[in-house]
Amino acid sequence: MAAKLLVESVSKVFGDGGRAVTALENTDFTVGESEFITILGPSGCGKSTILKIIAGLTEPSSGRVTLDGRAISGPGRDRGMVFQTYTLFPWLTVTENIEFGLEVAGRPKAERREVADHYIAKIGLRGFESAYPGQLSGGMKQRVAIARALANDPQVLLMDEPFGALDAQTRTVMQELLLGVWEESHKTILFVTHDVEEAVFMGDTVYVMTARPGRIKARIAVPLPRPRSYDIKVSDVFLGIKKEILALIREESWKAANSLELMGDGDEKDV
Amino acid sequence: MPKEAIPAHVYALCSVLSFALLLLGWSALTYGKYVPPLFLPAPDEIVRSAVTLFAEFGLVTDIIDSVLRVTAGFLLAAAIGVPLGVLMGSLKVCEAFFEPFLGFIRYMPASAFIPLFILWLGIGESEKVAVIFFGTFFQLTLMVMDVTKNVSMDLINTAYTLGVSQRGVFRRVILPASMPGIVDTLRITFGWAWTYLVVAEIVAASSGLGYMIMQSQRFLKTAHIIVGIIVIGLIGIAIDVFFKWLYGRLFPWLGKGGTA
Repeated sequence: MAAKLLVESVSKVFGDGGRAVTALENTDFTVGESEFITILGPSGCGKSTILKIIAGLTEPSSGRVTLDGRAISGPGRDRGMVFQTYTLFPWLTVTENIEFGLEVAGRPKAERREVADHYIAKIGLRGFESAYPGQLSGGMKQRVAIARALANDPQVLLMDEPFGALDAQTRTVMQELLLGVWEESHKTILFVTHDVEEAVFMGDTVYVMTARPGRIKARIAVPLPRPRSYDIKVSDVFLGIKKEILALIREESWKAANSLELMGDGDEKDV
Repeated sequence: MPKEAIPAHVYALCSVLSFALLLLGWSALTYGKYVPPLFLPAPDEIVRSAVTLFAEFGLVTDIIDSVLRVTAGFLLAAAIGVPLGVLMGSLKVCEAFFEPFLGFIRYMPASAFIPLFILWLGIGESEKVAVIFFGTFFQLTLMVMDVTKNVSMDLINTAYTLGVSQRGVFRRVILPASMPGIVDTLRITFGWAWTYLVVAEIVAASSGLGYMIMQSQRFLKTAHIIVGIIVIGLIGIAIDVFFKWLYGRLFPWLGKGGTA
């Protein structure tokens, strides 16, 4: 697979002096064209920071990221992003939200409408074209957010725990829906999650991260056939991978929990 | 129960009841002769005074003069305060430059500046407009700044990843997201502008509601004072209703059950 996105020894330190916190340390990985990567790690391991650096919303303290050989400097429409929080523009309707990126790019109205219609059908929101985000459920909002990012036709789609705020049932439906949309476009996707099952079910490759400071601890290929449906979640291959990852994660979660306690002690000494 | 909803007709009834009780208490005090008419005239006396004021003393002119003054001072404050507040809420440099300064002046009572304004601007219209401007501008700007600050960073970042430039983010995200809060701020500060109007007109004026109230006190026409106060209250309610109507018209997406 040709390297689409290259992350080279990227580190991120927040703050400075005695209060400096290393969120990300010497992170390296390569994402191939059309690859679906999931990044899995305990809370506070810097997995969202990686996405923000790739999106160009945060600058790395050292290292660099290249997309198709060009170094990234600042955000751009070639890297779409879906956030965990609801980020639809509340003053725009579903259609206007999906058209947003194309409108910014100055595309003609007819073309925008066509693209929006296509995605509205794809995410099953026919009949909600002129609804405002305030009238939608959480799952519907995230579907529109995904459609909005895809309508802009980015090179890479970055997803920061996009289903993190949804209930378990809705989450399962959304996973299958996203895979369905992906089968059609085969975008390059980086999907951050703390849910092991979600990471294995969605990804071609799962990167497991260490607790703070975050680093890539393991790269695990997921040799499950596509298209996938939820019943592979009980297949032996799936369960084997899940077991392997759970062991890795358990180690890290313990470290994370302990380091939080240590940090607490440290703070008290500072005062 | 706390925060529990009540039926609409019960709500309306309670609202009417408060006014009815006021009227009842007032009538009891005055018609029962517990209070001399010089201090508190009876309701019918107020109605008669209102008719006289409108018919013979040109109350309409006073109202128009006052409304023009308030509107001029307030529009001036809004025209400068809204853009400045948006900039302060979005750009840390602007906040650092203006915020401490505005915060400092905000605590100085506008009425204490009246002698200075008279010295600088004379006793004409510009002095009254200056008092109203001074009374509202600083609060308005700081409130707009707070509204703009509350625009979610994720919303702005989303716009960036969809291709919006740093400049474009003002027009495409920050302004539309803070617009409801800005209109609400304008509604609240317009109310304050009325307070300063009376202060401005009590000193060195020859027309307006504040002037009329002041003159009535001089001639012990208590009923006229009360009519003036009630008229200001009614204008206030009318403005509030107007802003609420405007709110619904401008932000249909808010009425439909959601903030974000």
